[in-house]
Amino acid sequence: MLGTGIIKGMVETARNFVGSYTDEARLTTSEYPEEKLSPKENARTFPFLVFDTTDSAAGLRCVACQICEKECPPKCIYIEKSKTKKPDYTGKPQLFPAVFDIDISVCMSCQICVEVCPFDAIKMDQAFELSTSDRFGGLLLHKEDLAKPNDYYISIHPSEAREVDERLAAEKVKAEAKAKAEAAGSASEPKPAIAPTTKPAPAQPQTGASATPAPATT
Amino acid sequence: MDQIDQIFVSLKHWAVHFFPAVVQPLVSAGLSIAALIATFGSIFAITTWVERKALGRIQNRLGPNRVGPFGLLQPLADAIKMLTKEDIVPVSADRVVHYLAPFALIIPVSLALAVIPYGRNMAPVDLDAGVLFFFAVGAAAEVAVFMAGWSSRNKYSILGAMRAIAQMISYELPLVLSTISVVMIVGSLSLVKIVEAQNHFVLGFLPGWHVLTPWGFAGFVLFMIAAAAESNRAPFDLPEAESEIIAGYLTEYSGFKYALFFLGEYWGMFAVSGLAVTLFLGGWTAPFPFLVWVPSFVWFFAKLGALIVLFIWIRGTLPRLRIDQLMSFAWKFLLPMSLINIVVAAVWHFAAGWSFPLASLWRWVLCAALVAIPYLSFGRAMAGRRRFPKRVYQYAT
Repeated sequence: MLGTGIIKGMVETARNFVGSYTDEARLTTSEYPEEKLSPKENARTFPFLVFDTTDSAAGLRCVACQICEKECPPKCIYIEKSKTKKPDYTGKPQLFPAVFDIDISVCMSCQICVEVCPFDAIKMDQAFELSTSDRFGGLLLHKEDLAKPNDYYISIHPSEAREVDERLAAEKVKAEAKAKAEAAGSASEPKPAIAPTTKPAPAQPQTGASATPAPATT
Repeated sequence: MDQIDQIFVSLKHWAVHFFPAVVQPLVSAGLSIAALIATFGSIFAITTWVERKALGRIQNRLGPNRVGPFGLLQPLADAIKMLTKEDIVPVSADRVVHYLAPFALIIPVSLALAVIPYGRNMAPVDLDAGVLFFFAVGAAAEVAVFMAGWSSRNKYSILGAMRAIAQMISYELPLVLSTISVVMIVGSLSLVKIVEAQNHFVLGFLPGWHVLTPWGFAGFVLFMIAAAAESNRAPFDLPEAESEIIAGYLTEYSGFKYALFFLGEYWGMFAVSGLAVTLFLGGWTAPFPFLVWVPSFVWFFAKLGALIVLFIWIRGTLPRLRIDQLMSFAWKFLLPMSLINIVVAAVWHFAAGWSFPLASLWRWVLCAALVAIPYLSFGRAMAGRRRFPKRVYQYAT
């Protein structure tokens, strides 16, 4: 009969109306400022810079290679390379960003900077309470605002961070082994001038395993 | 009890008698206007709160709960926000018409509110042709809507205004035709007389409201559907369908003018609800004989509130119609049904003279059948058209 559907619908909405008062479980929303739901693991807002150890300046993984700056579609990253070098996590001297700015009013959270970073230095954050009274200065994040410890990264993206940590640890072990081999080689060899050409030969396949496919693909 | 019932009437008489006889009519009118604006202004504020709260609960949300206890001060916060907002007029807009449109809506709507009897002796203006006056000024609201859409010089605005005109003119017909049956039975266009005609009890305990007769019930349903469309309420909110045309004719309005439009639309809804209460729900009359001691204006506003809640409930339930569904519903269902209803009212009127046993029962059954049979057959015809043939996929393998 015409109109029965409307009656059924109105009964349903009335049930919702009464039910929302009697049954707390029906309420699908949470009262935000008092009651905060933790974001999902894959949630992302804006990028941040990861640093190891406790020193945000010395432990910064970023080597100012500027790949993210070039790849960023809305061009919201600004990097200035340093004049000096500092050792990275494997002890190798690397450049570091003297200036690293992200304008989060421009950033579109596409995660491309994270995808292209070869050093696992830039990752996506989950902080979303970023409102500010200064819409120009307040939304331009500098290196100091962006640098966050690796523990924080582990806390927001646990599974992704575990994978990154394992990879970095493996590379570090590899680098240490290489350094040790080099050190042992330079110590045992009487002629250091020939050492680089002859002695790294056994060590070459070790590092070459990961290094050789790269030229092959390019 | 009579004193409480007539308290506003006597207060006005007492206040007016301080003035010289020459200005007394003016003072009296001014007092009525002030009372109307104050009453309906506060009902508007409460309605916005009730609406947001009820819609929230219908969707299993909490609704406004930040400003004041239970969010009760939310209308106040909204009002402050509206008043302090920047008033933006588009560069290419017709400034004069754009400025006048909100007032062109408010004025007819408040005029329509003036003829409704809010209680015993409480009609601000008792016109002999109250129903006619109501629809005459109500039709002027369409001009305001079109002024707003046209002057904004915005495609969304003009689309919304065109839709509003098409919709309001189409639904004006069933709205007026469904009231004709009441006018036929009562024999008067005066809203005060229409209420008086319902101020009796059938069998000693049932109210003599028109809604409790076959033609009155059908008329009430038709009237409420048409009234929802007239006041641009969901599911007939096509003129300001925000998911399709931003806000329709309101797109280019901001700040106080937007608030005025909003107020005008709600007052329009109150006016048609008040008219529905007057025509079908017995106006200010009590539902049962043992409740006649309750002041008459309490009954009127209780019924008005019930109809407003019904509008909110329907808004929370039904999705928006498509424009072709809207038009075919008006012209192919509401209009024929309201024409049939006029015939039913005529049968009801002449069957009052029957003098065989159980005549009143037979009158009831005959009129109910005359309403129900066309309704069911229309429903069947509309449902039948929805049968689709089995889909054949020509190119899929």
